[in-house]
Amino acid sequence: MTLKMNTTQNMPNQDSNNVVLKVENISLSFGGVRALNNISFDVNEHEIRSIIGPNGAGKSSMLNVINGIYHPQEGSIFFNGKTRNRMNPTDVARHGIARTFQNIALFKGMTVLDNIMTGRNTLMKSNFLTNALWVGPARDEEEEHRAKVEEIIDFLEIQHIRKTPVGKLAYGLQKRVELARALAAEPTLLLLDEPMAGMNVEEKQDMCRFILEVNNQYGMTIVLIEHDMGVVMDISDRIVVLDYGRKIGDGLPDVVKNDPEVIKAYLGSGH
Amino acid sequence: MQFFIEIVISGVLSGLMYSLVALGFVLIYKASGVFNFAQGAMVYAAALAVVGLMGYGIPMWLSIVGAFVYMIIIGIGAERLVLSKLVNQPSITLFMATIGLSYFLEGLSSILFGNEVRSIDLGVVDEPIMSIMDATGLGISKFDLFASAIIIGLVILLSLFFQFTKIGRALRAVADDHQAALSLGISLEHIWTIVWIIAGFVALVAGLLWGSRNGVQYALSLTALKALPVLILGGFTSVPGAIVGGIIIGVSEKLAEIYIPPVLQEAFGGNYGGIEGWFPYIFALFFLLVRPEGLFGEKHIDRV
Repeated sequence: MTLKMNTTQNMPNQDSNNVVLKVENISLSFGGVRALNNISFDVNEHEIRSIIGPNGAGKSSMLNVINGIYHPQEGSIFFNGKTRNRMNPTDVARHGIARTFQNIALFKGMTVLDNIMTGRNTLMKSNFLTNALWVGPARDEEEEHRAKVEEIIDFLEIQHIRKTPVGKLAYGLQKRVELARALAAEPTLLLLDEPMAGMNVEEKQDMCRFILEVNNQYGMTIVLIEHDMGVVMDISDRIVVLDYGRKIGDGLPDVVKNDPEVIKAYLGSGH
Repeated sequence: MQFFIEIVISGVLSGLMYSLVALGFVLIYKASGVFNFAQGAMVYAAALAVVGLMGYGIPMWLSIVGAFVYMIIIGIGAERLVLSKLVNQPSITLFMATIGLSYFLEGLSSILFGNEVRSIDLGVVDEPIMSIMDATGLGISKFDLFASAIIIGLVILLSLFFQFTKIGRALRAVADDHQAALSLGISLEHIWTIVWIIAGFVALVAGLLWGSRNGVQYALSLTALKALPVLILGGFTSVPGAIVGGIIIGVSEKLAEIYIPPVLQEAFGGNYGGIEGWFPYIFALFFLLVRPEGLFGEKHIDRV
């Protein structure tokens, strides 16, 4: 697939080198298996930073480290002005990192609207008591956040399914709802784990368009894992390449594309 | 025929009382995967707190508020001091912990509020409603009807809370997928504590109704056991299942009590009372063979 982009958007924002996230010397093992070995890279504000690599390269593990689901044995993570050894999922969400999952983790029994509303959970301040009694503040807040969610629903063009239970939707639409839920949190950093996996060409084009718009219009910083090389090369500002838990490449799409080691490990393997 | 209808109605009404206890189990199980054996002890503890506080001369409404505060403390304590320490342990470990918790609760509540048998008077007597009796000849207990109205009201309120509030949504989210909920910044501990508090509130209502009907006594603790067949029937994860399961158990045990003994007596001679006591368990056992996930439970299909 091709996506017509003007070149300036494809350039990294080198002049505004504002680092949002920086992982340094991250190592993660499960028992004797090294999933990540001494990985370092940074993510600048407003850029689309992709992580690629063959199956089992450690891409999802990397995302899970940033998100706090996995705790690395070594290394540090700089985010939001603070350096930490490990992240905690709840804290991470409260500090503006939202994500989607490789194997869609939506709340299947709930409607699209309710799913997206859960994304605003950290932004809603009402407490148990006002919720239980359903008094003024809780009710006003509900309406105010509902309006924001409707904006996101319009943006992602899913108005027609907003009252449908998520479990009944087609795969491609579920992926879009998951993106909506992540956007609802108004994150500063958005982690997308294979947002286009299992989609047909048309759905992929839509998803690309949404990701680019999120990046351009809202200036959201995005870390993306994706298998479709065409897509990755088209929309990424910079790319990290992992193989067997090691970083073997890092840079602009054109540079990474022509790196012999990367070609050997990944692109050359008949992809 | 009229007799039959009367039995069915009284079965429905008393079944709702089982539903109420089962509901407490379902809430905690759904949100945290913990089978809370202490739910029965919580019913007993709440009822003891009410009569205990009233024994100090505190008016009834204030005693009920006080008992709710007691349940909140228990809920927070159980979650923070016991269950949160056992996260990621096998479910049998959590189950054992709740058995321990149930003995602790019974003991603590007896120390604080005494354990002699007392009664709660909610001001509604357990006698047939005369106007219905006159019009149709059906004897329907005033208390049963009152209790059912309270239970149905409670269930409606809870569903509204789950459906339309932020915390209700978060509760459903946690019940559905822990990891996804975490990634949205929903704190599992916070939600689990709230679920324990709600289960405590349900136990308080159950304690008031059961205590008022049968007296506040240790046997209240064992109402939990009656909730088991209800859960097997309705499924452990379904609120509507708890309601329907309770009604089915209530009706079937009443019908069994009336209609089975004469048949047995004719066939084998002798006396066959008290069928009500064991029938629900046998019924649930047969049900397990046919539909192990319950009427409304989730069917698990594992990929091999």
